[in-house]
Amino acid sequence: MSDELMDYDEVLKRYEPVLGLEVHVELSTASKMWCGCPTTFGSEPNTHVCPVCLGLPGSLPVVNRKAVEAAIRIGLSLNCDIAKWCRFARKNYFYPDMPKDYQVSQYDEPLCFEGHVEVEVGGVAYDIPIERVHMEEDAGKLTHVGGLGRIQGADYSLLDYNRAGVPLMEIVTKTIHGTGTAAPQVARDYMEFLRDMVRALGVSHGRMERGNLRCDVNVSLMPIGSTELGIRSETKNVNSLKSVETTVRYEIMRQGAILSAGGRVKQETRHWNEAGFTSPGRSKETAEDYRYFPEPDLVPVAPDPAWVEELRASLPEHPSKRRARLQQTWGVTEREFGDVLAVEGALDLIAATVDAGCAPAAARKWWLTELARQANDLNVPLEDVNITPAQVAEVQALVDSGSLNDKLARAVIEGVLAGEGSPAEVVASRGLAVVSDTGALSAAVDAAIAANPDVAAKIRDGKVAAAGALIGDVMKAMRGQADAAAVRALIMEKLS
Amino acid sequence: MGQQMVLTRSEVAKLAALARIELSDDELDDMATQLDIILASVASVGEVAAQDIPPTSHAVPLVNVMREDVVSWTPNAEGVLAGAPVVEDGRFRVPRILDDDEEA
Repeated sequence: MSDELMDYDEVLKRYEPVLGLEVHVELSTASKMWCGCPTTFGSEPNTHVCPVCLGLPGSLPVVNRKAVEAAIRIGLSLNCDIAKWCRFARKNYFYPDMPKDYQVSQYDEPLCFEGHVEVEVGGVAYDIPIERVHMEEDAGKLTHVGGLGRIQGADYSLLDYNRAGVPLMEIVTKTIHGTGTAAPQVARDYMEFLRDMVRALGVSHGRMERGNLRCDVNVSLMPIGSTELGIRSETKNVNSLKSVETTVRYEIMRQGAILSAGGRVKQETRHWNEAGFTSPGRSKETAEDYRYFPEPDLVPVAPDPAWVEELRASLPEHPSKRRARLQQTWGVTEREFGDVLAVEGALDLIAATVDAGCAPAAARKWWLTELARQANDLNVPLEDVNITPAQVAEVQALVDSGSLNDKLARAVIEGVLAGEGSPAEVVASRGLAVVSDTGALSAAVDAAIAANPDVAAKIRDGKVAAAGALIGDVMKAMRGQADAAAVRALIMEKLS
Repeated sequence: MGQQMVLTRSEVAKLAALARIELSDDELDDMATQLDIILASVASVGEVAAQDIPPTSHAVPLVNVMREDVVSWTPNAEGVLAGAPVVEDGRFRVPRILDDDEEA
């Protein structure tokens, strides 16, 4: 990092930041955009490919209806108009990640256009104007060999085309004005909104760390009071919420330093670096010339207005409305709800657990403690922890019915996480149910009373708090497999 | 024909560069002349098409040809890679992408 930076607040006293965000969303359809190849993540290289996605001569693409449906639903969620008729276009470029030497995209006839969406930051609503949502295809994955493993200095590159042809939606904003100092947060929250939206729609896994959502961040500055846009930089493929925020902040500080020193911002593509800064990307003398033309192998898409209305009527609840509703039905405070939102993925998992019949408090407890800890230890997202919301609800049901106490329930969860089977299977195989044999329990209580005559005397005198010592003894004798509440009740009964 | 070029020699040179096709000066002259004749011939369609005929990009007036989202493919990794000039680790190996003088 060699850029001069200007203090953030100082920049904002003199300049107004203007943002433009282009977000690529990889859809979660079962098959690719133009062919029947699977889209599963993490398979052996070049196993999910066919003549169509390899662009072999004579192969012909056919549009995936589900991808068009997803694009329309995304557009409707962003309050866009839906085109009555639109075409695909070929974007010609030579780069080995696209075996056809062109990407099928949309050019001047996007499927969805002219939308807007509101993002709230610190109680202030910011209107994000949406220019378009269009359909295209993802590219293959390059691995550079030699040098530092980066494209420059590499000896050669290796290609896996499994991702080539996976449906990709591009969501483009118009220039976003008037965010002032909130610009980084607005960009972040907009991205978060999109992630939550595509998940709620069920059209994408929305996993940023897997590149399901990636953002090209355009930032420019203009002197306060000016109406002329400044020269922008475009930072490509920013793939976490935090990085989107940091990119905007960094570019504001970098461009502020250049402009206030009387310099000129270079229009260029920049790279995001995990260490928290952007660096110049490939600079080209001439602008790209993609020679777009209507895709001759595909016919136009003309969505039936009745279909569009049907999709509009079935849109899920807006993510912010859903949050408000969940907070209310769970009866939690702003702060407790904040704890839920702070853990990536926790909201959906807890909601699913509640839907499976678990009490909200218990669902929150499991996901935010035991399971969050497990996810942390394994360094995986919470949703990748090896237990389903239904299984968590099943464990809690066993607790509620008195078959498991807290300690045993944790052991059952541990067993499920270790791959020992369903909660019922773990209970059976590990022998974890609390002892409901009242004879055995009664005998253990009698033994504890006999062994602690002074404690028993205190309880008889009404000092019920002393019962804890006896409960501890009984639990020890039962190897933890007793319901503490039942033990307490039995002690009181015997000593009253 | 030939009084006014529809496509200039420098445009042909640019297109050749974009398409990564190397043309000698002689070839460029030849191509520019031939392409100009082809374009002029095709342009004559515009003379007979009346105002009420919209431009079209497809010969068949069809819309909404779509397939259901169903996985149907035959795994054939070996076959897929068999046609590649060089393969490494189950991947297509391609020459270095950027030249030394190019910035990344």
